[in-house]
Amino acid sequence: MDWAALRARLGKQLRSVWTPLIAIPISLLIGAGILLLSGYDPIAAYQAMWQGAFKDRIAVTEVLVKATPLIFIGAGLAVAFRCSIWNIGAEGQFYVGAVMATVVGIYLGSLPGYILMPLVLIVGMIGGAFWGMLAAFLKNRFGASEVVTTIMLNYIAIYVTGYLVTGPMIETKGLFAQTPKISESAWLPRFLPPTRLHIGFILAIIFCIVLYILIFKTSVGFAIRAVGFNPDAARYASINVRSNILLAMAISGGAAGLGGAVEVAGISYRLYQLISPGYGFDGIAVSLLVGNNPLGVIFSGILFGALRSGAEVMQLSAKVPSVLVFAIQGLVILSVVATGAYRAVVREKEE
Amino acid sequence: MEDYLVRMENIYKSFPGGVQANRGITLEVRPGEIHCLLGENGAGKTVLMSILYGLYKPDSGTIYYKGKKLDIHSTKDAIANRIGMVHQHFMLVPTLTVAENVVLGQYPAWKVINDMDKVHERIRAMSDEFGLDVDPAKIVQDLSVGEQQRVEILKALYHGADLLILDEPTAVLTPQESEHLLKFLRDLANRGLTIIFITHKLEEVMQVSDRVTVLRDGKVVGTVNTSDTNPRELARMMVGREVLMELKKAQTEPGKVIFLVRNLRVKDARGLEVVRGVSFEVREREVLGIAGVSGNGQTELALALAGLIEGEFDEMRLDGQLITKRDLQRLHRLGMAHIPEDRQKMGLILPFSVAENFVLKTYRDEPFARRGFLRFDAIRDYTRSQVSKFSIRVGDIEEEIAHLSGGNQQKVVVARELDRQPRFLLVNQPTRGIDIGATEFVRQQILAERDAGAAILLISADLEEIFALSDRILVMFEGRFMGEVPPDPALIEQVGLMMAGKTVQVSD
Ligand SMILES: Nc1ncnc2c1ncn2[C@@H]1O[C@H](COP(=O)(O)OP(=O)(O)OP(=O)(O)O)[C@@H](O)[C@H]1O
Ligand SMILES: [Mg+2]
Repeated sequence: MDWAALRARLGKQLRSVWTPLIAIPISLLIGAGILLLSGYDPIAAYQAMWQGAFKDRIAVTEVLVKATPLIFIGAGLAVAFRCSIWNIGAEGQFYVGAVMATVVGIYLGSLPGYILMPLVLIVGMIGGAFWGMLAAFLKNRFGASEVVTTIMLNYIAIYVTGYLVTGPMIETKGLFAQTPKISESAWLPRFLPPTRLHIGFILAIIFCIVLYILIFKTSVGFAIRAVGFNPDAARYASINVRSNILLAMAISGGAAGLGGAVEVAGISYRLYQLISPGYGFDGIAVSLLVGNNPLGVIFSGILFGALRSGAEVMQLSAKVPSVLVFAIQGLVILSVVATGAYRAVVREKEE
Repeated sequence: MEDYLVRMENIYKSFPGGVQANRGITLEVRPGEIHCLLGENGAGKTVLMSILYGLYKPDSGTIYYKGKKLDIHSTKDAIANRIGMVHQHFMLVPTLTVAENVVLGQYPAWKVINDMDKVHERIRAMSDEFGLDVDPAKIVQDLSVGEQQRVEILKALYHGADLLILDEPTAVLTPQESEHLLKFLRDLANRGLTIIFITHKLEEVMQVSDRVTVLRDGKVVGTVNTSDTNPRELARMMVGREVLMELKKAQTEPGKVIFLVRNLRVKDARGLEVVRGVSFEVREREVLGIAGVSGNGQTELALALAGLIEGEFDEMRLDGQLITKRDLQRLHRLGMAHIPEDRQKMGLILPFSVAENFVLKTYRDEPFARRGFLRFDAIRDYTRSQVSKFSIRVGDIEEEIAHLSGGNQQKVVVARELDRQPRFLLVNQPTRGIDIGATEFVRQQILAERDAGAAILLISADLEEIFALSDRILVMFEGRFMGEVPPDPALIEQVGLMMAGKTVQVSD
């Protein structure tokens, strides 16, 4: 093997890891300034954050639990972004997946586990894929920008969920806005009790590997990437641009939908209004952070899971208001993306 | 006394992947001269000029400019030093206006935006002064290639240039436009500007330059006064061997009709009919040349034939099969190959590797894919063999094709399309931007395809190319054919007239 090429390749991989490692301290520093200005003790706040993420086994597994939906969503978005489709609708696709999974998990609850469990996941995935393909269809047929349509579809999915959990599917009329639990036979096994870590996390990693192979090692992925980089050239090469857009959105939506189903079957066991605290939007950063590489998404998903976990504890124990917590999270995303862009520019220059 | 405006001394530049683009180049340019840079594809011309313009940092070497050592880290430094460059591949933002493009990157932005009226005014004044015919209010994507180029030149002059670098400006121009440009450059030189001019066309070198520096393999072969040299010698310096500038064209007997179209009408992007009812057929073992000043519908003609834009027609047949609708995959299956006019917009996917670009049309077929999985070994082997067959200069076939020199990118497209043993080969400006050695090779390959039985439609603004390759010539003007001419060199004059829309009687 050619040593220089190997080193160049390794360097490239390393660089994508380095980016967040530089960005995060920077953003935390700025965050500290904001905390100080608002009258909070940044050291105590960050201590809480750190403990929230890494204090003990429970904390660490909670990070992975939070990372699971992010990894599903991020991996799917990586595919859409590679096809240059700006899917902002993972949130809605996640919701649709969660709704479908719940419906199956409740109303077909009598099925045996070995059928019900996969069925819940598959139906959730199909639901998300369908939601994604709607946007692709509107783009292909009418030229509607997917940025707009996916955001609209988010609202629809979220409000329909709100309707279902307060109306037709509510557990007890007049009580909490939530559905009953899905049949126990559909619950994803937890393998490190008493932690909540469930096999959905393993599934997520496998899913990333599958998407990585799909994108980089198959002719289907070749076409998706070709369309993403240069649709004119793709058409010239007799690659069907529209069907690839449809496919990329199906994969992306399906991934988010699967994420929703896994969340229901692995953690919440039921549907309620805030089943996603914005995973679909964090997923965008998860994917962009690692240059839309499905394998990298495993890493960045865990990173964002840790941020989320830590931020929750920071809010609870250091009494930092949630607005500030969100601001700091936003800072992290911004600086990660900014250092990424900066690095790209510098690299160009060096060459 | 300083007799050089620029002296680049011992410039070295290599790229990751092991390409040594510049290996100790020393270049001296005198004030007020037009200095040509000549060299094969990948010789290092663009890289050397990019270093001077602050786009690349040399590994070692020094630049002296106006008698002082020049430290240049960015194009901003270059502009501050009154160095302007017009790139081989344009760098305008297509969705912005001419004026916005001209001031793009100027700071502070709010001030520039505030002064937009003044910018417009100044552009108009400069356009008049230099005779560039540039309208500051137009959107760049609506401009023809020639106009875009004038915008690039105006942009360089706008920021004040004592030294103007032009990288293959004439590759994308029609002969008339080139003529005009060369005159314009002479004009600028007479006003005291210094010009470095890159081209592959030796006549242009002879016509416009004062001195020529020839590069080969990243090194200087020599610098000569234009008046002391001739095209043959320059070609020899460039290639390192004698170049035959004539083609061996065998007599062939055209066979059955492979491609035929009746009454083709095509609209351009703005909805104007630019191809107005043309009919023709191309036979086996025949090259049909379409001559014409570009902008007379050739682009749209080619795209419609290739199934890339919509066109109306009474009948279209490929290899006897009726073509009724736009179906690229079918055309592809029936054996159509297409070398498009614009390699960067259509022929290639720039962020893809060289290897990926080689299988752009065949990636789903054996042996490059099996059961849906790409077979990288097969792709790499194939790429390596094509790269050596077409002597394409590339460091690592896994590297982005964007890093290849312009001519080498073109060679990739040509190599890919010719390798499919097409029944019908649609070729648009096949030798745009490639050096004379490679031009000779590509033309030979096109003729070889003809001799092997392909039907070939050749569109080119280069009359010499049309005459060298075609068996029959159709002259296109304003979307119609003016008539058919045999490729008799004695008729070049007539064809020129027909290209300008004059009806000429040609007797065989
Ligand atoms: N950014 C880059 N990364 C890697 N290699 C590069 C890069 N830019 C240029 N090269 C390589 O450097 C060599 C010289 O390229 P250059 O563009 O200077 O050629 P050129 O003389 O302008 O050729 P042409 O006539 O085809 O435009 C080529 O082999 C090219 O592949
Ligand atoms: Mg070049």
